[in-house]
Amino acid sequence: MIYITIFIAAVFVNNIVLSQFLGICPFLGVSKKISTALGMSGGVAFVLTLSTLITWLIFRYLLEPFELAFLQTISFILVIAALVQLVEIIIKKISQPLYQALGVYLPLISTNCAILGVAILVIQKEYNLLESVVFAFSTAIGFGLALVLFAGIREQLSHTKIPKGMQGTPIALLVAGLLAMAFMGFSGIVKL
Amino acid sequence: MKNKVGIILNGLIKENPTFVLVLGMCPTLATTTSAINGIGMGLATAFVLIFSNMVISLIKNLVPDNVRIPSFIVVIATFVTILELVMQAYLPALHESLGLFIPLIVVNCIVLGRAEAFASKNSVLDSALDGIGMGLGFTFALGLLGMIRELLGAGTLFGLQIIPEDYGMLMFILAPGAFVSLAYLIAIVNRIRKVS
Repeated sequence: MIYITIFIAAVFVNNIVLSQFLGICPFLGVSKKISTALGMSGGVAFVLTLSTLITWLIFRYLLEPFELAFLQTISFILVIAALVQLVEIIIKKISQPLYQALGVYLPLISTNCAILGVAILVIQKEYNLLESVVFAFSTAIGFGLALVLFAGIREQLSHTKIPKGMQGTPIALLVAGLLAMAFMGFSGIVKL
Repeated sequence: MKNKVGIILNGLIKENPTFVLVLGMCPTLATTTSAINGIGMGLATAFVLIFSNMVISLIKNLVPDNVRIPSFIVVIATFVTILELVMQAYLPALHESLGLFIPLIVVNCIVLGRAEAFASKNSVLDSALDGIGMGLGFTFALGLLGMIRELLGAGTLFGLQIIPEDYGMLMFILAPGAFVSLAYLIAIVNRIRKVS
């Protein structure tokens, strides 16, 4: 039951982009077309789940026993950066189509603050291993949902006439604001 | 001398990280619920920016080119850890309200961006000045956004009641207000830049 609660909370109520403000850079950067948005979401889901699993294990079995918790930030970011590189190499080796689909997004993901943010959040919330992985995966789904919705709206926007000063970033942020308002409607559905 | 002032002004106005480069959006939107939080976040980032710029400029000739980025990240993460411990000790209230976004300075695009684009090519003094300029530019942007959101949302400015509390629009403190206020601020800046 708790896993369903975590899932709904992470996807709708505390959506990572629209209410936690993590991962805004890829949200604004790769949201011009639905197809790229889907590719990016897939890459994030993969890396986010894997990196949360690994950083959780590192924190629990390496940093905590040796009282090195203050090295959390520095070790997590190195692990994530190395992991992204590793995933890129492995995917390139075993599955060319998957690499074609995700390849370009992978380097971008290591600077996505959602990855480090979730790794730190699950430690702060003191989730156990399975809860952490579920949380990471649901967060990625929430990210994907917001990104695809946003990309859909932006595709439509490209056909409309926008005042000069509002073109580009301002109108994108305004749309994000309206989406965030819509997502506020979900608040209170579940309590964590 | 004029050149040195130019480096600072470049970060503060001409290439303002928030309004012109549109980098580091996550802390910009998340921590500007009040003017104090915005300025606190800006100064915290400025601290990391100045010192990481200086150190990276010092080690730029020692680091081989292909491990450049990981080494820069380690330097940045070191200063973020220092900052986190210092804030925990001396500014516990601010540390509490900025929360997750202090460790996340590591992945702030501005810090790594300036390390890569400026500090790895310029002298220590110039890099420090660039850090100061960019840091102050970021602080200015976050402070301004924080003031607008605090004034519209809660009717206060730095905690001082300006508009009666009942007229505050709570939306501006919440998530949508962050997006909407920043959208209009950038639109205004775009307009001013086109004119001049």
